[in-house]
Amino acid sequence: MGDIVAVTGNEACAQAFKQINPDVCAAYPITPATDLMQRFSSFVNDGKVDTELVLVESEHSAMSACIGAAAAGGRVATATSSQGLALMWEMLYIAAGTRLPIIMPLVNRALSAPLNIHGDHSDGMGARDTGWIQLYSENAQEAYDNTIQAFRIAEHLDIRVPAMVCMDGFIVSHSIERVEYIDDADVKKFVGEFQAVNPLLDMDKPKSYGPLILTDMYHEYKRAQHEVMTKVPNIVREVAADFEKMTGRKYDLFETYRLDDAEIAVVVMSSAAGTTKDIIDQYREKGIKVGLLKPRMFRPFPFLEIAEALQHLKAIAVLDRADSFGGYGPLFSEITGAVMSMNSKPAVINKIFGLGGRDYLPDQAEQVLDELVTIAKTGKVETIKEYIGVRE
Amino acid sequence: MTTKPLRLRELAKGDERISHGHRMCSGCGAPIVVKQVLMATDYPIVASNATGCLEVSTCIQEYTAWKIPWIHSAFENAAATISGVEAMYRSLVKQGKLEDRNVKFVAFGGDGGTYDIGFQSLSGAMERGHDMMYICYDNGAYMNTGIQRSSATPFGANTTTCPAGDVIPGKLQQRKDMTKIMAAHGIPYVAQASPSSWMDLMKKVQKAFEIKGPKFLNVISPCNRGWRSRTDDAIALSKLAVETCYWPLYEIENGVTRVTIKPKEKKPLVDFLKPQGRFKHMFSPENAGMLTQAQEYVDAQWNQLLKEAAAGEADKAE
Amino acid sequence: MSKKYWEKLPQGSVVLEAGSSAKFKTGGWRSMRPKWIEENCIQCMFCWMYCPDMSVKVTAEGKRAEFDFEYCKGCGICALECPGKKGNKAIVMEQEGK
Ligand SMILES: Cc1ncc(C[n+]2csc(CCOP(=O)(O)OP(=O)(O)O)c2C)c(N)n1
Repeated sequence: MGDIVAVTGNEACAQAFKQINPDVCAAYPITPATDLMQRFSSFVNDGKVDTELVLVESEHSAMSACIGAAAAGGRVATATSSQGLALMWEMLYIAAGTRLPIIMPLVNRALSAPLNIHGDHSDGMGARDTGWIQLYSENAQEAYDNTIQAFRIAEHLDIRVPAMVCMDGFIVSHSIERVEYIDDADVKKFVGEFQAVNPLLDMDKPKSYGPLILTDMYHEYKRAQHEVMTKVPNIVREVAADFEKMTGRKYDLFETYRLDDAEIAVVVMSSAAGTTKDIIDQYREKGIKVGLLKPRMFRPFPFLEIAEALQHLKAIAVLDRADSFGGYGPLFSEITGAVMSMNSKPAVINKIFGLGGRDYLPDQAEQVLDELVTIAKTGKVETIKEYIGVRE
Repeated sequence: MTTKPLRLRELAKGDERISHGHRMCSGCGAPIVVKQVLMATDYPIVASNATGCLEVSTCIQEYTAWKIPWIHSAFENAAATISGVEAMYRSLVKQGKLEDRNVKFVAFGGDGGTYDIGFQSLSGAMERGHDMMYICYDNGAYMNTGIQRSSATPFGANTTTCPAGDVIPGKLQQRKDMTKIMAAHGIPYVAQASPSSWMDLMKKVQKAFEIKGPKFLNVISPCNRGWRSRTDDAIALSKLAVETCYWPLYEIENGVTRVTIKPKEKKPLVDFLKPQGRFKHMFSPENAGMLTQAQEYVDAQWNQLLKEAAAGEADKAE
Repeated sequence: MSKKYWEKLPQGSVVLEAGSSAKFKTGGWRSMRPKWIEENCIQCMFCWMYCPDMSVKVTAEGKRAEFDFEYCKGCGICALECPGKKGNKAIVMEQEGK
């Protein structure tokens, strides 16, 4: 077993990078992800890794350099947050469309305007259609574990898709928590040697990356990309099974908590799941049958599996740490989409919470659970979408 | 590696490393530039390419004209993209995962992809010191999207976004002096070239490939569609650009400026402007001032260059 | 089971065959056609160097051969740049299809 340490989410991810030793990292600083790459830079400059670190002049160039490096034929990683991810937007699609398995911790942070550096999921949600795999982490341990698994998943020869490993800005990235590290040798073995597919640097077989594709083929390329995403869940589960063998820590497409016999449930991602679990325990003691579903893999979204897990419920509250202005929260849209396939449809409400790092407090969870209890009783939904934790 | 001899008959026996069957317009200057660059050396080359005419016309669906490893990702990032490729090369060679074959890294971009939207990415890559050469094929406008003004568009030119109108007669600003801006980065080699002086261009490429670190080459690249000229005049016009000193051929090596080909007799700028429809309005009587202004700018730039070259000479003599 | 069309596309749209544009013939774009007059040719090779379409064939000895009409787009650069012999061009442009 590896060391047990008290570290931040950023520190844990930097450690994972160090153990994996990517061939190239290109990075640009942005709060709250800066610290991750800063720590990794020390590993580079102290000779602890072989990585070529490319300290670019923008996130757009960071992702561009990652694309060049990944196409060249090696293991590539970067990290970013918020505005940085927004600036990469164009290149995210290109990384995925070119099927380059780049790994990127995304330290989730609010988007301007107004400027705010704290945690919410607006950045990640804005990138949900880019073709990247997205894994969300509840705490530093999950951020570390997900980072290690992400390399195996993304580089799997059946898919070759880039992956983001998301953790809540400051709440996870900067809080010191207990984390169990895995031994260097075990990480190395688990991740394996990088296998290049069509490396640009194969000078004997020159290839062209990035052709213009006209209307007679573009649609088919997208169809193929869709197909690849359908293969991801099995691979995520396969990798999780191996990971569990190594560490004893269990991962799946999503986590459920006291859900099996529940009548009402909360669906929420990342760090807020922790708080919610505590409140669920309190309500269970009162005899209220409440459970939780925490999506880990938001892209591809496991619609059918989630539908199956939720189908016995009377009422569900989906908590979104992001808004789609003029629409429902992004997670709510997915959950209601999943519910569509069920025979009996539970009532579903949407709460927008915690934007710009606003604390998600126990009383907010209680308020949501109380509302669910009423809905379960009356079968009536008053308001579908609502902000909670707002100063009135 | 010994430098390849630059005799046409010898060169012609070699492989152009860019194939026919590409879909650049008839008479385009850019493929001539690419051919001259790639043929100047036998080093293995990996190239990146910014979105633009050259990129969209040389790699369509399963048809690529490139016989070297080539990558296009987007418009503003040819420099960043190749810097990633180069970093991976260094990393793999350093780790013993790849044989060092003295591979050279090149980025091609149009003037839009270089002077404008790709400026930051280029500047960053140069500052970081990657062992790469950035080559701008400067056709003086965003040609791929239909001849819009760029910061490389010459003063007075009629483009689709700065048309010669009744009130505003074409582009009102002078060009951005990109070659000098790149020299200001303090990189070891910066040069300006023209496909009409193929030997000069190829020598510059050869020289650049022997220098470690970032290099920048700015090459004039006529576009008969955008310049409103003839399909057969790409070489003739680039030659006139040199002879009028609109596009002087020079290099700045480690800060020292040298004019590599000085026109025997400096021709008036109108010789370059006249055959091009994009300057037609400048020849109408009410716009006579524009011709003077254009000429004065070229003269001032040329004199400044000569001064800088003379300073370089003096340094050497000392 | 036979693969669907989209299943056979190269991963990430990478083009695996270098120089495959040779399969795309651009000769049909031509409206003017260059004519090589061998007796006026001094083998300067300018036409080869300045051809944007790699459409001047070269022999193993490095000598100019016929145009490659499968690709030549008829721009006329070769004709304009041809120095010829004693004022007589070795390349002239003619109307295509005449
Ligand atoms: C971010 C972005 N903005 C705009 C475009 C549209 N676009 C594609 S090519 C091009 C012009 C290219 O001009 P230039 O770099 O001068 O090369 P040329 O086409 O003239 O060879 C533009 C504006 C794009 N592809 N990406």
